[in-house]
Amino acid sequence: MTAAVLFENVSRHFGAVKAVDAVDLEIAAGEFFAMLGPSGSGKTTCLRLMAGFEQPTHGHIEIFGETAEGVPPYRRSVNTVFQDYALFPHLSILDNVAYGLMVKGIGKEDRRKAAEDALAMVKLPGYGQRRPGQLSGGQRQRVALARALVNKPKVLLLDEPLGALDLKLREQMQEELKSLQKSLGITFVFVTHDQGEALSMADRIAVFNDGKIQQLGTPEDIYKRPQTRFVADFVGSSNVLSSATCAKLGVAAKAASLRPEAIAIGTSWAEQLSLPGTVTARSFLGATNRISIDCSGEKIIVASPAAMPVPDIGAAVQLAFSRNDLHLMEEA
Amino acid sequence: MSALTTPAAILPNRPGPMGRVSDFLWKHPHVLLAILLGPPVLWLGVIYLGSLFALLLQSFFSIDDFSGLINYEFTLATYRQLLSDANFDIIVRTVTMAATVTLFSALIAFPIAYYAARYAKGKWKAVFYLGIMLPLWSSYLVKIYAWKLILAKEGILTWAFTKLHLLWVLDGWLALPIIGGNSLSVSYTGTFLVFVYVWMPFMILPIQAALERVPGNLIEASSDLGGTPQQTFRHVLFPLALPGIVAGSIFTFSLTLGDYIIPQIVGSSRLFIGQAVYAQQGTAGNIPLAAAFTVVPIVIMGLYLFMAKRMGAFDAL
Ligand SMILES: Nc1ncnc2c1ncn2[C@@H]1O[C@H](COP(=O)(O)OP(=O)(O)OP(=O)(O)O)[C@@H](O)[C@H]1O
Ligand SMILES: [Mg+2]
Repeated sequence: MTAAVLFENVSRHFGAVKAVDAVDLEIAAGEFFAMLGPSGSGKTTCLRLMAGFEQPTHGHIEIFGETAEGVPPYRRSVNTVFQDYALFPHLSILDNVAYGLMVKGIGKEDRRKAAEDALAMVKLPGYGQRRPGQLSGGQRQRVALARALVNKPKVLLLDEPLGALDLKLREQMQEELKSLQKSLGITFVFVTHDQGEALSMADRIAVFNDGKIQQLGTPEDIYKRPQTRFVADFVGSSNVLSSATCAKLGVAAKAASLRPEAIAIGTSWAEQLSLPGTVTARSFLGATNRISIDCSGEKIIVASPAAMPVPDIGAAVQLAFSRNDLHLMEEA
Repeated sequence: MSALTTPAAILPNRPGPMGRVSDFLWKHPHVLLAILLGPPVLWLGVIYLGSLFALLLQSFFSIDDFSGLINYEFTLATYRQLLSDANFDIIVRTVTMAATVTLFSALIAFPIAYYAARYAKGKWKAVFYLGIMLPLWSSYLVKIYAWKLILAKEGILTWAFTKLHLLWVLDGWLALPIIGGNSLSVSYTGTFLVFVYVWMPFMILPIQAALERVPGNLIEASSDLGGTPQQTFRHVLFPLALPGIVAGSIFTFSLTLGDYIIPQIVGSSRLFIGQAVYAQQGTAGNIPLAAAFTVVPIVIMGLYLFMAKRMGAFDAL
């Protein structure tokens, strides 16, 4: 089966800035693919390469098996939800949403209907006659979403499409997008800063840093088995244990990751590993307590369920965790 | 904590009269507005609009043909005179010229403005501004006389056409009725060329300013949604640049309507509105008719703006 998007050793350099650097990527048709990474890591540039706004400095890009270099954006069945919305200020919301259908020559009545359906889908029914300037940031973002979706593209590129929404609406839209993606069978490439969003929605995730893919895998892979310190830190802030600490536990490794919620305080069974430490800080996060512990110079974070008793600062505690939760990493 | 003293949450009044003045103005923003706007509004309202109104009033008086004195009685006789064949010709001629000049200015200015707004960076931007502004710094009369020399029968243009063996093109053009003539410098074509040249900066700059404000990602969004470059131009770029084009056309149109020097120096001897005003209030001493002639551009510009608004030229503002 041909990949929806294929990157072969693709780079995009702006002078000395390597915005995208030697990236290999294969996104399957119908996949929900998330790109996660800190600000400036090259996510938007990757999307722009797919959309056709940028041409690669090196490497080769294919979209559904066809060479994409030199193909202008308007000849790609790829639509983008822009990070800064890019709505047309002189057109009504309805005309904005219907724009893609209009330039394709679809009749007035048909495109009005399609645009209204799309607006209803993003929970903005009846907003069609307004101008973009009369909407809030989150409403504009949803219009941008409707404007792209109405075209039913083969690949939909979403650049932080839910960033401006409040938590409740964001969760609603996440579900909506996910079910839409399933029912339409569109390939989604979804950029986000929010690791929770990436983990809950994506089939696969690529974690970017400095224009390179640090790790590519299923959400579970990325979350439980981070391969580098960067991924461990960025995705859900795993603890990274040094080789010295590993040695203390009787494990030989350059480094190992350990999830904060995999650690218990106090009790340890025979088959569990354990480490002594001192509590240095604690904070209440709602469902959990976040407790910082100093284990002979190594700082370890524990996410302890709110129902569990919280040790005082300065208290000496035993940390206990299963060997299965300790994931060895290839690099320190 | 540190040697620095922490500042109070609310700072004391600043000392001195300036401090008091700025505190006062902050509390009474209307006073500041009155100080800033008062003088220009007075100037505009009383002197500028007042004299314009006085002028309009003149057009409702008439001149006594026998004595040449102004008869200060309300009448529409002067307007009847304005619409007589000879005078109406002047109006039609001027409006046609102004419209043609505006249209061609816009056609020539748009690509230049587009280049300057989208592609010119750093040094090239400076070159652009210099190129646009430099002609404005030299005398208007010098430029027009220079054009008269360029367009004259013995001028450089005829010479260039001859050298390129294209003289037949020029001669063919000059043989055309109305727009032709003995030479370019005494034809409407010549007048047109000089108008377009002289007003060009006033068309380029507003269009460039309008295009400058069109975010690049709108062009990308249109392209992303399947719009070809032509469609993007038609549905996104042009509507967003339209207020700039209209602003520029207000300049070129009204400046052409009112100018009396260019048609005097370059062109046929037939009159334009500006020349008619000049002749009526000077040699002929018919102030009411001169006033009625000046009303024409005002009314035309009013109609033009009204239509532009109706057609949605300012929707993107
Ligand atoms: N046109 C450009 N010219 C020069 N440098 C650029 C250009 N576009 C992007 N860059 C640089 O490339 C790097 C990657 O940018 P990109 O926009 O892809 O980041 P991002 O991952 O989308 O960040 P964010 O999460 O903040 O949106 C950044 O360092 C940026 O400064
Ligand atoms: Mg970005």
